[in-house]
Amino acid sequence: MMLEVKNLTTEFKQKKGTVRAVNNVSFSVAPGEILAIVGESGSGKSVTSLSIMGLTPGKVSGEILFHGEDLRKKSVKEMQDIRGDKISMIFQEPMTSLNPVHRIKDQLCETIIRHMDLSKEDALKRAIEMLTLVGIPSPEKRINDYPHQMSGGMRQRVMIAMALSCHPELLIADEPTTALDVTIQAQIMELIYQLREKLNMGVILITHDLGVVAESADRVIVMYCGRVLEEASVVDLFANPKHPYTKGLLASIPRIDDQQERLYMIRGMVPNLADMPAGCSFSDRCDFCMDKCRQKMPKLKEVDGRAVRCFLYHDEEEETE
Amino acid sequence: MIQYIIKRLLQTIPVLIGVSIIVFAIMRVFSPDPAPIVLGQHATIEATEAWREAHGLNEPIIQQYFTYMGNALQGDLGTSYYTKQPVTQEIFSRFPATVELAIAAILFASFFGILIGTISAVKKNSIFDNLGMLLALIGVSLPIFWLGIMMIIFFSGTLGILPSGGRLNPLLQPDHVTGFYIIDALLSGDMAALKDAIHHLILPAVALGMYSMAIIARMTRSSMLETLEQDYIRTARAKGISEKSVIIKHGLRNALIPIVTVIGLQLGSLLGGAVLTETVFSWPGIGSYTVNCILKSDFPVVQGVVLLIATIFVFMNLIVDIIYAFLDPRIKYSKKGD
Repeated sequence: MMLEVKNLTTEFKQKKGTVRAVNNVSFSVAPGEILAIVGESGSGKSVTSLSIMGLTPGKVSGEILFHGEDLRKKSVKEMQDIRGDKISMIFQEPMTSLNPVHRIKDQLCETIIRHMDLSKEDALKRAIEMLTLVGIPSPEKRINDYPHQMSGGMRQRVMIAMALSCHPELLIADEPTTALDVTIQAQIMELIYQLREKLNMGVILITHDLGVVAESADRVIVMYCGRVLEEASVVDLFANPKHPYTKGLLASIPRIDDQQERLYMIRGMVPNLADMPAGCSFSDRCDFCMDKCRQKMPKLKEVDGRAVRCFLYHDEEEETE
Repeated sequence: MIQYIIKRLLQTIPVLIGVSIIVFAIMRVFSPDPAPIVLGQHATIEATEAWREAHGLNEPIIQQYFTYMGNALQGDLGTSYYTKQPVTQEIFSRFPATVELAIAAILFASFFGILIGTISAVKKNSIFDNLGMLLALIGVSLPIFWLGIMMIIFFSGTLGILPSGGRLNPLLQPDHVTGFYIIDALLSGDMAALKDAIHHLILPAVALGMYSMAIIARMTRSSMLETLEQDYIRTARAKGISEKSVIIKHGLRNALIPIVTVIGLQLGSLLGGAVLTETVFSWPGIGSYTVNCILKSDFPVVQGVVLLIATIFVFMNLIVDIIYAFLDPRIKYSKKGD
């Protein structure tokens, strides 16, 4: 395995006490694999990715093994060497993720020169190659643009070019298409998909768009309130969702062949992390909630070759520390 | 861009006309009659009247104004009632001292202000932040004359390492080229004069710049705090570049716009002369001179100085706006102003 995350927990200190944004999350990514992390806003997807990058201000515990080495034990300098080079990241907000006062050229070359032993001219050549790769027309000209001279889709392509410029082994894409038009979304996803094939890089795709997941991912993790509720291959998950939350998510996708009056909706709201229900965090919203669910948190357990955290499928509860 | 600059320069004309009317009216309405001050208490009524007639003060005020402006447009700002020297000459013999002091003060204020503000923002709520902001609070609240006197007592009195006042040891006067002693000393290669001029400049520049430094430090801190929260800072960190680059190249570079505004405005007001600092350090600048002229009702000098200061202010604003365009590529000064 290229990346193995074991028992990752990220906590933030707040005035009212500590909040666990990521709670005991484990997963792994193989080279060339696309792992999707799905969940609503506030489920801990983004914090998980930032924790891997070492960019969260919160307190991180657990192990993040990259080729067997724990990234958490690396020095600041070693992490800087890894970031942007072996592991790189694309963010959700293409409109604001590029620095408005520097030219595209400078922002791209900054990464390339930082991580690759190239002269300025060679770095510029490489930057233009990267822009060509991500499908920006006349890259020799556009590379002199400032971010505000580009559209959102173009800026996201620049972000991708920047993230891929040093041939990362792992790409973390945090909702890369959320802020974009549907047509651009498809192009960007297609691009990530192709580059994955071409460069054999592992991808962690963070999204709340199940359509994107179905089209591109190999495996899926469903997160809710900082915990993994279900993990399965994309085929299994869509064909046969187990956890009531996953079922709810899939049922709330509009379907063209369905003549429903109203779309299915999971009742209730995502609970506040500082004020979680006792027992299973989904219990308040679950249609299958049992008495037990209100008292104990079920364990994430393997059932039929996939993992699910629900008492409907097994009886084991999570050990509390 | 050039069109924009020309447009802005043309806009200074109404500003200067307005300023000239106001200062002209104020001087004549609120200042005492200069004739008895110039001629002395025991001057005869005839002599006073003759002096007023000779200096055109018996004409209707509107006519006086147009005569003055007509001459001013030809570069003649009149002559001082007391020294009988042309006002332009009076101003320009003192103005370099003021400019030298103002620039030294703003350099000091900008450097330390941005440094303190940046450290405070990066180490938010740490001991550095608290110390920095305490220093800024002291800077805005200390009376400048008190600070000046304390610095004289300590640095020239107790320690004896810096001179207490003046611009230069008179024996070291370099050849007059620009009137800026530091530049003149450099041009003539006179290292002793250069050193002496810098020594004289340190205390007044620090005293004068302390307030501006505090303002700049506060502005830098808040602007940096806002910038460091931006998404592109996270992107920069994700690229693996060093924290120093993240803070300076991506953070400070973006935070500079409001800071530059403050620096520009501060410099504008420093260039108008620093009466208190000039008085405390016997600095032969334009500030204390002008106050003297106001008290003595030396109309032509006061009018000339005020016009000069107004012009400087307008230009400082223009320069700040031009710097904006360089700092932020999103700002374009086009014809339509969009």
